[in-house]
Amino acid sequence: MSSGTDNQGPLWEVFLQPPNGGAHEHAGSVHAPDAEMALQNARDVYARRSEAVSIWVVPSGAITASTPEDMGPFFEPGNDKPYRHPQFYKVPQGVRFS
Amino acid sequence: MTPAPSPTATTEDPKRLAEFEARIARGETIEPKDWMPEKYRRQLVRMMSQHAHSELVGMLPEANWITRAPSLRRKMSLMAKVQDEAGHGLYIYCGTETLGVDRHDLTNQLLAGTAKYSSIFNYPTLTWADIGAVGWLVDGAAIVNQTMLAKASYGPYARAMVRICKEENFHKRQGFEIMSILSAGTPEQHAMAQDALDRWWWPSLMMFGPHDKDSPNSDELLRWGIKKKSNDELRQRFVNLTVGQAKAINLTIPDPGMKFNEATKNWEFSDINWDDFWRVVKGDGPCNRERLAARRSAHANGEWVRAAAEAHAQKHARKESAA
Repeated sequence: MSSGTDNQGPLWEVFLQPPNGGAHEHAGSVHAPDAEMALQNARDVYARRSEAVSIWVVPSGAITASTPEDMGPFFEPGNDKPYRHPQFYKVPQGVRFS
Repeated sequence: MTPAPSPTATTEDPKRLAEFEARIARGETIEPKDWMPEKYRRQLVRMMSQHAHSELVGMLPEANWITRAPSLRRKMSLMAKVQDEAGHGLYIYCGTETLGVDRHDLTNQLLAGTAKYSSIFNYPTLTWADIGAVGWLVDGAAIVNQTMLAKASYGPYARAMVRICKEENFHKRQGFEIMSILSAGTPEQHAMAQDALDRWWWPSLMMFGPHDKDSPNSDELLRWGIKKKSNDELRQRFVNLTVGQAKAINLTIPDPGMKFNEATKNWEFSDINWDDFWRVVKGDGPCNRERLAARRSAHANGEWVRAAAEAHAQKHARKESAA
């Protein structure tokens, strides 16, 4: 038993692109010693039923993420500008736009 | 990803706790970096790691029959199912790691025999019909539980469950098909199917855990949205679903006291033998020792693969840095 050594490899985040043309989406993570094996593990773990046409693996530590504490101020510039949405603008009744 | 910081104090800041509980009440999803009570984190690690271990140990009773599956079709299905169980274990371990736990430590706890896993896998698969019964009943019970967990308050757990639920239906249907064909076969085959149902019925009901009044973790799990329904509610739902299925394939549920309650629309069942449940949970089931021994041996036999993978990665890293 190798309980003393940790040879599971580092953690990689897995992103799958679905066959319907959508963008890559986070699926989960895998352990692997390098990127090539991480891709193979990701295929075996997350794409056994044609869930993906493309896979990205990224070392987990390489991801920079916003923090929950930032939530308010960080996203503020987008929250107080309703004029960025089409509903902000009035159009005469009966005019077809789409 | 970066784990949530865990507070060292045992008592939580009441203001943060109130905010957290308000988020749960609003049905918001809790994500790895969000503040959470230490007890919530601990309950999740406990529950998710036990769940992941169960998926891994669950491979063993079924792998036992791969070489003896009665046809190539059955063998392919069983191999695919066992591979799925490994995948399910990995989805949940990966979810647990978002809570700041290292999978390596969880693996070691399982191998050391200090971690719990579902007691259902400490019963033996004696005949081919048991593979049918496991798919139909054990995976069927798991689906009832996991469909509920797919709405759990912790995002990574819920998302792993969504993925798992999509795959479990194949498991249940292949098991039910095995039972249905055996039941309609020769008298010996029918008897084999009935015997498997007789042996797996009560352990399957026990999979939902103790009665609500005897379940020490239930209140907290429900309050924090880790569970959305109680053990007894889920067990009743499973029984209600299964009665019709057994009837459809001409098998008899081994509970002569079972009766339909017109008012509640529930199938009422007899008392469960909890002494047997606790005996198996505490380590004295028919296969507890055998399962752990098999898991340890599988891990030890895989050591050369992990070592070779590591050596391969190091060799390529050296080549790249030299180039």
